[in-house]
Amino acid sequence: MKVLAQLLVNGLIAGSMYALAAIGYAMVYSILKFANFANGSVAMVGAYLTFVLCTRLGINVVLAFVLSMLISAFLGVVIDKVAYKPLRQAPKISVLITALALSFILDASVLLIMGAEFKRFPFPIVKGLRLGMVFITPVQVICIATSLFFMLSLHFLLTRTRIGKIIRAVADNPELAAINGLNTDNVISIVFAIGSALAAAAGTLIGMDSVISPAMGFVITIKGFAACVLGGMGSINGAILGSLIMGMVENLGTWFLAGGDARWKTTFAYIVLMLILLIKPAGIFGRKGEARVF
Amino acid sequence: MLPTGVIIHVLIVICIYAILAIGLNIIMGCAALFTIANAALFGVGAYTSALLALAGFPFWLDILAATFMAGLISFLIGLPTLNLVGDYLAVATMGLGEILVAISRNWDSVTRGPMGLPGIPPASLFGFTFDSPPKFLGLSAALLLVIYLVAERLIYSPFGRVLKGIREDEIAVQALGKNAFWFKMWAFVVGGAFMGTAGSLYAHYLGFIDPSSFTLWIAFFIWSIIILGGLGNNLGAIAASFVFVAMRESLRFLGLPANVTAAIQQIFFGIILIVMMIFAPRGLIPERKYITRYKGDAEDRQSD
Repeated sequence: MKVLAQLLVNGLIAGSMYALAAIGYAMVYSILKFANFANGSVAMVGAYLTFVLCTRLGINVVLAFVLSMLISAFLGVVIDKVAYKPLRQAPKISVLITALALSFILDASVLLIMGAEFKRFPFPIVKGLRLGMVFITPVQVICIATSLFFMLSLHFLLTRTRIGKIIRAVADNPELAAINGLNTDNVISIVFAIGSALAAAAGTLIGMDSVISPAMGFVITIKGFAACVLGGMGSINGAILGSLIMGMVENLGTWFLAGGDARWKTTFAYIVLMLILLIKPAGIFGRKGEARVF
Repeated sequence: MLPTGVIIHVLIVICIYAILAIGLNIIMGCAALFTIANAALFGVGAYTSALLALAGFPFWLDILAATFMAGLISFLIGLPTLNLVGDYLAVATMGLGEILVAISRNWDSVTRGPMGLPGIPPASLFGFTFDSPPKFLGLSAALLLVIYLVAERLIYSPFGRVLKGIREDEIAVQALGKNAFWFKMWAFVVGGAFMGTAGSLYAHYLGFIDPSSFTLWIAFFIWSIIILGGLGNNLGAIAASFVFVAMRESLRFLGLPANVTAAIQQIFFGIILIVMMIFAPRGLIPERKYITRYKGDAEDRQSD
């Protein structure tokens, strides 16, 4: 029972971090109808940025975090303008290939610049806190708190501000929004900026909880995508719910089915993805008929 | 000038990738099924072949088994995924492909994981052993020719025409009474089987295989080959294999450590792929168009 509770808590913690990356996918998909596979790599870049700013340049951790989010936001907008914008009218598969190619380029570039060894944030190793039956480290508490903060801020932005309304309008029906005078291009850039900033936050938090490595980008990409499909592609609430479920599934699955061998964690993401595509491709909050041919 | 050994090596790799590209052309070029499982099927063929060869079975058996196994796994992959739309199909095949790679990496007892399978015996047919590169080049080129001819017959046949119809408008093809799903499945299985054949060749050439040769990145590399050569164009695929494999191998000559070279390859080909997507998504060389001659043509001209 104790093990189960610990696994569930670990799952929720992991899920809340993936959720930030998954939200980026959901937002881009809701407007442009394609899955931005480069998002995970942006998350990885964000993690490295925070790390470098913090350890090599001696900047305060919190400031480094914020700076990395800003730089990643900029990176996301540039990626859109350079690689995705020319393909707005192209079949979705072309953009998908481009996004994957970008993730390879980013992953390989970071590998060349930073090397392949894992890096850790220089946090002191502190004993875990006890919360009832489970253990949770102070870093994990910070991670959950930060994730919650960002999710709530985003919710506030989207529901209570004018810009949020504009984003929702464009996401709901881009053509109609454009006819009504909204500058779709600018909104798309804003969405990429927000999505990339959140991805950077996700990457940094994940890096703080475990390690940073160039390979983590692709892992985040796959888990984020699976979470979004599970929750319903395009729905932010779905992305969050999907991520939490994914986090729990991967922890439970690895423990009970793979003897705790962590190498299989990502495989569970794929298995979840396949199951959802087979059973209900539209996901939990998705609309029917989006994923099948007929 | 390059030493002959190097040239022969590059030519052999070109043949192997050309076979992979032709297999993928049947699936992606002709039927527009965006599969990212191609490298994994390459791996299925390689591992099947390697394991059988290491257990003492003869080459002709293990290459047939590799082809069959890759076809079978393609069938299993296709069952749940071929009803999905374009990008979902791509992601589903990517997922299944990655599961296969994860199995090869983690199923230590059979595949020895990242350490790979060394000491694969060279191929031998009817008592003739292909143990030197020039002989192996002969074998590879012969297989490439056979597969090319088979693929061409397939693509420019009624079967191929239905596949192209599915590519253009699947629902219309179904309205005409063709069971689109099974046509797609056949394309998937045959293409996959060829990739398995290439895998077997690869295993017997190198004598050693490990999971890193069958990653997602390789899947992408094969995609970029058929995009360069023109989707559906097999001659283009062979030419493009030549160009890209030569480029890739030449990057190795910079003498940099292995993972640096791999990273540079990824960046280089990633950029090429993006540029191709933006400027020439259907490929640089279009397919051969059908020219239907009617019986009356020559007579009409004569009467002018």
